[in-house]
Amino acid sequence: MVRTKFEKEMDRLHLELIEMGSFVETAIDDSIKAFKNNDLDLCKTIIENDKQANDMEKRIESRCLWLIVREQPIASDLRKITTALKMITDMERIGDHAVDIAELVIRITDENTFADSIHIPQMSAVAIEMVRNAVTAYVNYDLPLAHATEAKDDIVDEYFNLIKHELVEIFKDQPQNMDNAIDFLLIAKYLERIADHAVNICEWVHFSQTGEHKNTLIF
Amino acid sequence: MNEVETQNKVKIHTKNLDLFYGDVHALKDVNLDIQSHNVTALIGPSGCGKSTYLKTLNRMNDTIDGVKITGDVFLDNENVYGKGVDVTILRKKVGMVFQSPNPFPMSIYDNITYGPRMHGVKKRIELDEIVEKSLKGAAIWDEVKDRMKKSALSLSGGQQQRLCIARALATQPDVLLMDEPTSALDPISTTKIEELIAELKKNYSIVIVTHNMQQAARISDDTAFFLLGELIENHKTETIFSSPQDKRTEDYITGRFG
Repeated sequence: MVRTKFEKEMDRLHLELIEMGSFVETAIDDSIKAFKNNDLDLCKTIIENDKQANDMEKRIESRCLWLIVREQPIASDLRKITTALKMITDMERIGDHAVDIAELVIRITDENTFADSIHIPQMSAVAIEMVRNAVTAYVNYDLPLAHATEAKDDIVDEYFNLIKHELVEIFKDQPQNMDNAIDFLLIAKYLERIADHAVNICEWVHFSQTGEHKNTLIF
Repeated sequence: MNEVETQNKVKIHTKNLDLFYGDVHALKDVNLDIQSHNVTALIGPSGCGKSTYLKTLNRMNDTIDGVKITGDVFLDNENVYGKGVDVTILRKKVGMVFQSPNPFPMSIYDNITYGPRMHGVKKRIELDEIVEKSLKGAAIWDEVKDRMKKSALSLSGGQQQRLCIARALATQPDVLLMDEPTSALDPISTTKIEELIAELKKNYSIVIVTHNMQQAARISDDTAFFLLGELIENHKTETIFSSPQDKRTEDYITGRFG
């Protein structure tokens, strides 16, 4: 027997998570596009749109709580719902970091001629892929994908170190532009944090399948 | 006995238990240990054998025509199905509470003293003591102490069920069997019974059949899952409701069959 109503509700929850995931992916992607093109209008749009991510978080939160009340889930069902509740906190933070990047891009303004010579776009591509795969791993109950995604965090960390060296090279003779150098590094740092949040999501996916979180059995 | 000593002590040991109702094989090679001073929940879909198993523990199935039982049930190392076992004494040690409250159509006082009188207690002072102790034990003393002579049937459903628990306690049992004791009660009465069960387990070993998964999770220490007459899984309740080992258990507790 299938619990038709419960399964339908879970499908809806999955759709909303995918929707929120793709929303924050787009926000990161747009923030990096805005960085490359010095597109201040796009920055403003990202900042204004962030409310939507917060609204999605609240909606998913509400759906999860009502699922708990109405369906009284047990065992793996309960883990899936609590995982969703944990994931959306990370996803909301990812959205916030896209806003952080957009705000930096507004601050960096005109002297942004070095954008092409540092590996920020490549780093963001990996971070975005991690976010997408983390959500997919949850929705498809795909533990190997979650583990593979966690492993990609090393690539993001390597990019961060690479970008740090690139910035040192570019700006060592331009102390007057040190402000921009720091802002560039902050963008890389936000991307690195985004990847960390994707790892957090993967750790919760691991929990939803096994009951273990960071090698501790919790449920 | 202190708490450490009472922990992990087997009260009832069931070995290779089979039960047939005529041609129907209702219990299939059940092996299950019930721990002392624990609440053990028996869960499973209707017809899975959990109530049948419960009734084997005080030989309530004996009264049904065509029942054949093989295997052993040991209560404190004594075989319940052994030769020369006095079933009346057994049922004094292993009390039972049923799904619907079933007080006798007599006064509250007489309901409680019925069992002790049957077992030879005659002195009024002793009976009074038993009544007070039993009603206090079942958390209903304060509600009925001023109307002992009133009919038990004048009580509410929840009170009647606690009276039935008091009646079971009156014969000073070791084990209490409960067959869906709250399924006919409202949420408040259910909460009272559940709190009472938590209190009673300090002094009794309790085996409870329930269809309410949340109730099993709330009140029991161990949970045994039955399906089609077989004991599928028996574990700590925490394990059963978080990471059951058998897929059939998971499917049942998450409501995917049954």
